[in-house]
Amino acid sequence: MTAATWRKIKSGIFVSFCALSIAVALVPLAFIFFFVLKEGLQALDYDFFTQMPKPVGEPGGGMANAIVGTLIIVGLGALFAIPTGIMSGVYLSEYAGTRLSSAARFAADTLNGVPSIVIGMFIYTIAVLPVKQFSALAGGLALGVMMIPIIARTTEELLLLVPGSMREGALALGASRAQATFSVVLPAALPGILTGVVLALARIAGETAPLLFTSFNNRFFNTTLTQPTASLTVTVFTYAISPYEDWHRQAWAGALVLVAIVFFCSLLARVATRRLEKMRGR
Amino acid sequence: MSPDPAPTAQPARRGGQGDLGFRVSTGAFALLVLVIVAAIGVVLTAESWLSIRRFGMGFWATTTWDPVAGDFGALPFIWGTLYSSILALLIATPVALGIAVFIAELCPAGLRTPLVFLTELLAAIPSIVYGLWGIFVLVPLVRQLEIWTPEFLKQVPLFTGPPLGVGMLAAGLILAIMITPFTSSVAREVLKAVPVEQREAAYALGATRFEAIQAALYYARTGILGAVMLGFGRALGETMAVTMVIGNSAQISMSLYAPQYSMAAVIANEFTEADTALYLDALVEIGLVLFAITLLVNILSRALIWSMTRSFKKAAVPALPPAAPEPAA
Repeated sequence: MTAATWRKIKSGIFVSFCALSIAVALVPLAFIFFFVLKEGLQALDYDFFTQMPKPVGEPGGGMANAIVGTLIIVGLGALFAIPTGIMSGVYLSEYAGTRLSSAARFAADTLNGVPSIVIGMFIYTIAVLPVKQFSALAGGLALGVMMIPIIARTTEELLLLVPGSMREGALALGASRAQATFSVVLPAALPGILTGVVLALARIAGETAPLLFTSFNNRFFNTTLTQPTASLTVTVFTYAISPYEDWHRQAWAGALVLVAIVFFCSLLARVATRRLEKMRGR
Repeated sequence: MSPDPAPTAQPARRGGQGDLGFRVSTGAFALLVLVIVAAIGVVLTAESWLSIRRFGMGFWATTTWDPVAGDFGALPFIWGTLYSSILALLIATPVALGIAVFIAELCPAGLRTPLVFLTELLAAIPSIVYGLWGIFVLVPLVRQLEIWTPEFLKQVPLFTGPPLGVGMLAAGLILAIMITPFTSSVAREVLKAVPVEQREAAYALGATRFEAIQAALYYARTGILGAVMLGFGRALGETMAVTMVIGNSAQISMSLYAPQYSMAAVIANEFTEADTALYLDALVEIGLVLFAITLLVNILSRALIWSMTRSFKKAAVPALPPAAPEPAA
C-alpha cells in the first residue's frame, strides 16, 4: 500500500467516525423521545390537567396543583429576571468598555455555570431560613437568579447587532443616550430579545434542583405566594422515586408535558429567529 | 463631581444629567449580577462556618457520614462527583468533538441547521426527564449489561459487585449524554473561529481532509480544551439525573457497578432532613466547595476559549449555552 492510499484510508476512517458521532448522540435523543412519548401518552389524560393528586394508594388524580404552581413560580422568576436581565444587558452593551461591565459580564457567565442546586441552597439561606417557611416566592427568586445571566447576555449580544447608524441617527436628532437606547435601539432588538426570553423560560421551567428547598412541594392547591407550592418538576421527582406504579405513570405524563414545553419553545424560537433574519434581508 | 462620567468623547450638551441617570440605573442592575455571585460565596461560607470550624480540612479527608452521631466527612461525595464527571468526560469528549467537526467542517450546508437544532434539543431536555428515563430505561439496560459481564472480567476492580443497575456506570452514561451537546456546541464555535486560510493552506499542500481538519483542530486546541472543561463543569454540578441513578450510597469504590454518591446528590437528598445546625452546615459546606470547584473550572475554560477566540477579532465568543438563540446562522 502506498503512503497516499493509507492517508486516504485514515481520512475516510476519521470522516466516518465524525458521522458516527452524530448517530451516537442522536440515538439517546430518539430513545428518550420515544419513551417519553410512549409512556407519557398512555398516562396523559384530561384528569392530569384538572384533578388534584389523590391520597397515597388511590389510583387516578392529576397534577393540576403542580401545573398552576409551576406557572406561578416561573412567572415570579420572570418578573424578577426579565427587567434585571434586560437592564444589565443594556449596560453591558452601552458601556462595554467599562470595568463594571467587564466584571458584570464575567459574573453573568460565572453565574450561568453555578450548579442549580447551589443556587437553591443560596436562596434557602437568604429567603427560607430567616422566615422558616418554604414559599413560591423563594422558588421564583431561585429561578430568577438562574434566568438573569441568560437574559442579560442575550440582550447584550442582540443590542450589539443593531446597526450603529440607528443610534447615531437618534443622537443626531437630539435624543439623549437613554432615549436613543430605549426608544430606538432596544425596540429594534426586541424581537430577538423576546426569543431569548422564551428560551430562558423554557429552560427554567424544567429546573428541579433549585426548587427542592425553596418552593418545596405541596399536595394541595395553593396560590398564596408565601406558602410551599408544588411544581411539575418536583412532583415528577417525588413520583419517580416513589414505589407506586400509578405515580410512575403520572411521572411520565409530567415528563411529557415538560418536554413538550421545551420542544415547542425551541421550535417557536427557531421560527422566530428565521423570520427575523429574513426581515433583516439576510 | 464631574458632570458626566460617560465615556463619550463629545461634551455633554442637553441630557447630560439624563445620561448620568441612565448610566447609574442600568449600572445598578449590572452591579446586582456581580453582587449575586459574591453573595453566593459569602452566604455559603457564613452558613457553613460551624462545620468548617469543627472539622477543618479533615472534612474532605474522612469517609464517615453519620448524621446521628454528628460526625461528617465528605470524601465519598467528592470521590463520586469526580469519578462520575471524569467518566462522563471520557465518554462524551470524543463524541462531542466528532459532532463538532462533522457539523462545522464536513456536513452539507442543508443538513447543518437541523443537526444543530437536534443537538441543542438534547441540551434543552430537563434534567428531571433524563433522571426519569435513567431510572426506568437506562438502569435496567445497565443491569442487563452487568449480568452479562463475563466472570473473568468481574475479577477486575472496575467491574466488581452485584449487578444492581444503579451505580457509577449509569451516572457516567447519563452525564455523558447530557454534557455532549454543551461541549460540541462550544467546540463548533471555536472551530468556526479558525481562519479558513488554515485549511486552504493545508489543502494546497496536498493534505487529505483528515489532515486539514487536524491542522484546524491543532490551531484551535486551547479553545477545544476550554469546551471540554465547560462540559466538565456542567457534569460536576448536575444534580437530578445523577441523584436518580447513582445509587446514593456513601462509599468509595473503584467499581463502575457499585452504587455511590455525589456532592450535588447528597445535598438534594438530605438538605431538607438536616435536623441539627451542624448537619445543615456540613451540607452547606459541600455546596460551598461545589460552588468553588465549578467556579474555577468555568473561569479556566472561559479563559481558554477567550484566549483562543480573542486573536481573531469579531469572532463571536461562545459564551452562553445552546439555549441562547443564534442571532446569525
